Amino acid sequence: MMTLKLRPLVGVFAENKDKAREIRLHKIVPALAKGQEVTLDFAGIDSATQSFVHALISDLIRTYGCEVLDKLYFQNCTETVKKIIAIVVDYMQEG
Amino acid sequence: MRLHLPNSAFLGNIDPFLLSFSPSYPARLTLTANKKWISIHPAVLSLVAALGLTVKPTRISCEKLEATSKHYLQRMGLFKLLRIPSGITIKEHEPAGRFIPLTRITNSGQLSRFITEMIPLLHLEPRQATPIKYVVSELVRNVLEHAQAEHGAIVSAQYYTKSNTIRIGIADTGVGIKATITQSYPASTHLEAIRLALTPGITGTTRREGGTEFNAGAGLFVIKSIAKVSRDFFLIYSGNALYKALKNPATKQVQLYADPFRDRHSAREDLPFWPGTVVGIDITVDNTPEFTSLLDSIWDVYIKTIRERKKERYRRAQFR
Repeated sequence: MMTLKLRPLVGVFAENKDKAREIRLHKIVPALAKGQEVTLDFAGIDSATQSFVHALISDLIRTYGCEVLDKLYFQNCTETVKKIIAIVVDYMQEG
Repeated sequence: MRLHLPNSAFLGNIDPFLLSFSPSYPARLTLTANKKWISIHPAVLSLVAALGLTVKPTRISCEKLEATSKHYLQRMGLFKLLRIPSGITIKEHEPAGRFIPLTRITNSGQLSRFITEMIPLLHLEPRQATPIKYVVSELVRNVLEHAQAEHGAIVSAQYYTKSNTIRIGIADTGVGIKATITQSYPASTHLEAIRLALTPGITGTTRREGGTEFNAGAGLFVIKSIAKVSRDFFLIYSGNALYKALKNPATKQVQLYADPFRDRHSAREDLPFWPGTVVGIDITVDNTPEFTSLLDSIWDVYIKTIRERKKERYRRAQFR
């Protein structure tokens, strides 16, 4: 299991899509490729944009299918962050 | 080119200002202003600055301002950004001013820093700050990703005590919405392109539902919805077209629509051609509900629209 603390990488308001993409490509994807489970730790992050969360996880769902959600965990999320993650997860499974 | 700063230009009465803009002779800019009083929305200010940046400072001719409120333009950093003399001296900086001066943002890192620094300038509580940060981030990222704007995004904002409203303006002189959206969807006019850009799930980057790894076609719809729920104005001007979502009366229940033309709005396509995009938004601070419940309403419509559009493409069984 790999736990990734996002606050030092993206700040209190997670909105930088370039950073999100970097994290996905250079941290999450390699861990998943090794068969590891990944926990994204949002401790210290007040809020996020849908664009940030989309850039962080949408391509994982598209590439690996919704089964990737069995290996991906989100922790220490505020209500707003939880809501935005749930929205992106929902619409990626609609698409 | 010619711009005249009028006595008053806010989102509700901006049309005469836009109609007076003359885009001819793009190598020169002449700025004139009302002699008595200038009171303008940050979107107007951002528009003026964005246009000014396309012209060499020596080719900008700004008449000597006489209006009592001319200091506002100085305080908001217009002359500094355009590198032209103002002839105005400000003796004392107003300590209680809640404004974000004109700022030019050209890359992702600058935007992240700007968002961190802007909230203390507006003196907002965290609960009030979230929708503002959200709006600025999404709008500026749109410019950085889609507009191909040589001068980046020009942002300014101001808190108005009397109406308890944050007014935000973002302008660019990039390729405009039509050029972006028609990469994936047909739009014969600038207004049709704006309509598509405001529709949930539609992005210029792909026709695929769910978007690309980077875009889901949600940003402008979310922003228009934030303005609608807080019963405020939202405006987009691109090419010769203007779309303006109008204020919703406090007595009526707010309903969100996927089609922006179903919202209470005004639209026109007879304006002088704006080479890029200008967005203006007002957010009355205490009219915005808790951000999470706002997101619930917005995403209900988003997901329903995606589902319906997907269903439209279903193949039907052919019976013989």
